[in-house]
Amino acid sequence: MQFSIAISGFVALYIFMLAAFAGWVIIGHVPAILHTPLMSGSNFVHGIVVVGGIFALLNASTILEQGIGFFAVLLGAGNAAGGFAVTHRMLAMFQPSEHKPAHAKHGHHKASHSGKA
Amino acid sequence: MLTIIPQFIIGATDLTAAFLFMYGLKRMSSPVTAPSGIMVAGVGMLVAVLASFLYAFDIGASAKPHLLVNLGLAIIALVIGGGVAWWSGKKVAMTSMPQMVAIYNGMGGGAAGAIAAVELFGNKADGVTQLAVTLIGALIGAVSLSGSLIAWAKLDGVIKKPLRIRGQQAFNGLVAIVTLGVGGYIVFVTRSGATPLIPMPDLIYLFFGCALAFGVLMTLPIGGADMPVVISIYNAFTGLAVGLEGFVLQNPALMIAGMVVGAAGMLLTLLMAKAMNRSVNNILFTNFGVATKHKQGDIKGSLKPVEAGDAGIFMRYASSVIIVPGYGLAVAQGQQKLYEFVKLLQAAGVSVKFAVHPVAGRMPGQMDVLLAEAGVPYDLIFQLEDINDDFANTDVALVIGANDVVNPAARTDKASPIFGMPILNADKAKKVYVVKRGQGKGYAGIVNALFYGDNCNMVYGDAAAVLTKMIEAVRALGTKAAA
Repeated sequence: MQFSIAISGFVALYIFMLAAFAGWVIIGHVPAILHTPLMSGSNFVHGIVVVGGIFALLNASTILEQGIGFFAVLLGAGNAAGGFAVTHRMLAMFQPSEHKPAHAKHGHHKASHSGKA
Repeated sequence: MLTIIPQFIIGATDLTAAFLFMYGLKRMSSPVTAPSGIMVAGVGMLVAVLASFLYAFDIGASAKPHLLVNLGLAIIALVIGGGVAWWSGKKVAMTSMPQMVAIYNGMGGGAAGAIAAVELFGNKADGVTQLAVTLIGALIGAVSLSGSLIAWAKLDGVIKKPLRIRGQQAFNGLVAIVTLGVGGYIVFVTRSGATPLIPMPDLIYLFFGCALAFGVLMTLPIGGADMPVVISIYNAFTGLAVGLEGFVLQNPALMIAGMVVGAAGMLLTLLMAKAMNRSVNNILFTNFGVATKHKQGDIKGSLKPVEAGDAGIFMRYASSVIIVPGYGLAVAQGQQKLYEFVKLLQAAGVSVKFAVHPVAGRMPGQMDVLLAEAGVPYDLIFQLEDINDDFANTDVALVIGANDVVNPAARTDKASPIFGMPILNADKAKKVYVVKRGQGKGYAGIVNALFYGDNCNMVYGDAAAVLTKMIEAVRALGTKAAA
């Protein structure tokens, strides 16, 4: 059994093409109301770069490589942790009206907000 | 043999992570499922990071003696980098969100650049393709790092004015060509085995220096109002850089996550630019504000100030109100007061909706977040295309701290720099109240004809203070009625 991965030439291009298409389609359906959390959420997703940083650091054999590798993990971890923290905070704030189906649009809100809301 | 099991686990977790990222982003596309979406993506990140320590079982011979030190360094870097960013992300004010995203994004770009640097200094890339991809990823990552830092400085007010010099574009172009030239030379020297004119490490330093300088030079002349679009571009850049370095490291999770973000970021950039009626080219390579010195169209009418309390009472007896919030509201920290006022109106039977322009705030969608933070339910918040036709049937449009996004000149005045930008039709409402600090112009520096309209009254003052007065006036009515 062999689990090591070798990606080259057209295989890489296929992966890039399909991933780009997926990203395009997924984002195309996001309502404008979520643009800021989405930007920060996609910002979080490229925090996966920290994994590459760990790989580079573990394979470092000189002081210079260790230094830069440390830097890579430091920055990548910041990207991932910070991106998650702010995105999670923002998304937790989006709440629907009480006693009201979430998707009701253009409705009048008089009845549901009987005085206190 | 020893390496097969770790390899399998890494492969399986990376596959899982790639799936969870895309599924998470998909769930983020609706307010109902969005909070779970980020959790899903978060789980993917966590397992991928934990599994990445299994690389320790499969490292090169030259790195073996350093393994313990490197493991320690990795854990320290994770704890410090992750901890500081987590802490700052938890406490940052929602109004400072664009700056914060810019910094996190720059960090990602820097990490991608640093990975490329390790590969280059260690001469680890084999083959022209790998080397070229490493260098391109390094270039994009470095530009994203330095550009994001300039964007942060501009949004945070550290750099106040766009820096523009004569011949700037030619100079930037020159720096870009030099960077690419050095990169090409590195490939040539490595492949041909020729002795470089200057030592290899210095060439690499020169390459990164030029790339970083290019990011700074490219961002400096762009005005603060365009920074959100710039951050969005750099977000896409970082994604692209991560994807390319993922190819170099032969890690499909990085390739997929990076490219998904690269494409998503590019689409988001185009959507934002469209909402601002600008092309991305126009934002990057022309200087906004140069054309604003045109003569203003003749504006008839006068500014008619009214008291905050009177405006508040008028809205209390209206049947429908649409609120157009702008960044001025956030500057005055008036969102909580605004929602308090809205709840009073709703209690009195007034139908209240929020109309949010795509570029309200310093970042598209930021106003939605600021309203959500104040507790406004998302089903009261409407986007431009969903609500614009409703203004004509609405009793009152209350414009708070917004200006350019309700300027009718965008519809009519061909000479105006914002001509063609989609605006909220607040001027079509039967009555318009505009809450404003003073008689100043908007971010784009253009006079607003809406303020001079017959149906418009100005309420001068700090948004929070004005709303407090409105709340008091309406409450006083209530107690009188009860007594």
